[in-house]
Amino acid sequence: MTQGDDRATRPQAEPILEVRDLVKHYPLTQGVVFRRELGAVQAVDGVSFDLHPGETLGVVGESGSGKSTLAKMLIGLERPTSGSIKVHGKDITSLNRRESKRMRRDIQMIFQDPYTSLNPRMTVGDIVREPFAIHSDVLPSDQHRGRVQELLDVVGLNPDHINRYPHQFSGGQRQRIGIARALALRPSILVCDEPVSALDVSIQAQVINLLEELQSEFGLAYVFIAHDLSVVRHISARVAVMYLGRFVEKGSDTEIYEHASHPYTQALISAVPNPTPVGRESRQRIFLSGDIPSPADPPSGCRFRTRCWKAEDLCRSQDPELVTRPGSTHPSACHFAEERNALSG
Amino acid sequence: MTLQNGDSGDYSGPLLEVEHLEVEFHTRAGIVKAVNDVSFTVDSRETLAVLGESGSGKSVTAQTIMGILDMPPAVITGGAVRFRGTDLLTLSEPQRRAIRGQGISIIFQDALSALNPVFSVGWQIAEMFRVHRGMSRKDARKRAIELMERVHIPAAAQRVDDFPHQFSGGMRQRIMIAMAIALDPDVLIADEPTTALDVTVQAQIMELLGEIQRDSGMGMILITHDLGVVADIADRTTVMYAGRVMEQAGVFETYQAPAHPYTKGLLDSIPRLDQKGGVLHTITGTPPDLLDTPSGCVFHPRCRFRKDDCLTQAPPLYEVGEGRTSACHYYPEVLDDAGR
Repeated sequence: MTQGDDRATRPQAEPILEVRDLVKHYPLTQGVVFRRELGAVQAVDGVSFDLHPGETLGVVGESGSGKSTLAKMLIGLERPTSGSIKVHGKDITSLNRRESKRMRRDIQMIFQDPYTSLNPRMTVGDIVREPFAIHSDVLPSDQHRGRVQELLDVVGLNPDHINRYPHQFSGGQRQRIGIARALALRPSILVCDEPVSALDVSIQAQVINLLEELQSEFGLAYVFIAHDLSVVRHISARVAVMYLGRFVEKGSDTEIYEHASHPYTQALISAVPNPTPVGRESRQRIFLSGDIPSPADPPSGCRFRTRCWKAEDLCRSQDPELVTRPGSTHPSACHFAEERNALSG
Repeated sequence: MTLQNGDSGDYSGPLLEVEHLEVEFHTRAGIVKAVNDVSFTVDSRETLAVLGESGSGKSVTAQTIMGILDMPPAVITGGAVRFRGTDLLTLSEPQRRAIRGQGISIIFQDALSALNPVFSVGWQIAEMFRVHRGMSRKDARKRAIELMERVHIPAAAQRVDDFPHQFSGGMRQRIMIAMAIALDPDVLIADEPTTALDVTVQAQIMELLGEIQRDSGMGMILITHDLGVVADIADRTTVMYAGRVMEQAGVFETYQAPAHPYTKGLLDSIPRLDQKGGVLHTITGTPPDLLDTPSGCVFHPRCRFRKDDCLTQAPPLYEVGEGRTSACHYYPEVLDDAGR
């Protein structure tokens, strides 16, 4: 969407979401009576970003990169170990129960698995109505039914199916139910955690188009978390690449996909199979060795150095910061950052 | 049992031939026709991709070839699976077991559930040699370590006694591949081999499979929904939908000039990594309920080339070109259609 590009370049309004140095460590303990802390799983370790109204930030990363933990903290399902999350300028990490309930109206989530994120014993009407029951001051109860039908219509479902159960719908339709529920309280931010990865290819495109329509209709801001780099490029104006709990590179979609400067981003992009056989013989791939290290015991210095072909002694001793480096226009957490178009190999 | 040696003299037909295969599932809700008149062939050194979404019948086809279908509820109601000219469906269970592993072997999507959690990986790989080749434990263990090295598992000799849960997803998939290629099969079926893996690990595994194929000359059936993986390694493609073959062609033809609206729709609906697209072209609707498939062409409710006779007449596989077929009455229009 070209409209997204405009938004990225034009002078920005106040961000509606400001995340600073967000950290989530899960302690590893031993013993029951005398609990000792042996260490911590550093799921998210210092993530910062801004999100503006109507904008989409894509977060890509492989399993174990901490992207789902980030999503959970954003909607208040996990309390951060440190750092701040400001929605409309107000820090939501230190709210009391009532305030955090109020805050959740503004920031809602779409889950990955439309099979487990809907209660099988509730009708579709009840599922989409539940936000109104919890936030009872939003809408008088005699208007619930009408609003639920409106919401179902907005996401492309038949409003007459209000009394059906989730199992009567296909995966794509269930994802639409989840989206209707997330939209019920008119949030300004939607956190989408792998919203299309459980869907068939022909259904994915329908849901992606729906998310884009809803964004332009309601001015929603998305944090779009996914492992599929093609989907993220399609929907996001800005992209952050996550590895072992940190953002390693951040930029506009063109900066990330065509001018990637972090070796991990380059390897990630080059690993995605291109859906055309033309030129496959001449394509050069960057093959990373090994797997992502355990977040309980991340490597010293640069976290990517154990799989990096550029790693030197400096990478072992010094942790590279996420800053804009000479010869580039966007921040990259690599001592030896160098722009390269990994798409053309 | 003459089959198990692999070289059956002067047989010159295709290595593996699936012909008019029909598989049904008898469920309480009714009869599900999971595979309907599916035919394809695979030769040595060749990679055939069977491309389809969930419910397309691609995995059931794979399980039928391997002879690991749960019967009941499944019933094979017609067709043949010929391996070097012999119809596997007519063989007894001991005869089939001799072919499994040595003639045809399979790797699954989910290595963690395909491996036995209570035996070490070395034991499980070595089992292939003990059972099929009657090797001693010591020799079999040695061969297991060699195989682990062949699939590039670091420090294989130290890790041979580790258990599946001690390996990462990519390493577990390598162990499955080691088991599958242990007896040098002629055909390897890879059923969604990288779907559960991260993209950087997927690239490693696909590279490994290609390397093994180049070395051994085996034929490969790659079963997947991933259009990118297919474009990367397949020689020919069979596109399946609702248990039927929609289109068969060389991989370049499939991607550059699809002859079936479903293939075309799939290709148009995927976002691209190398360009920022506008609105994605979607295939409207959802795949059919296999208990109640549409009349005529199964794809007609979602098809933008649909005409009246598509509702009543099921299309045969039309010959579109050399080695190319399409199950669409109006394939010339699809081929000519440039509008994306």
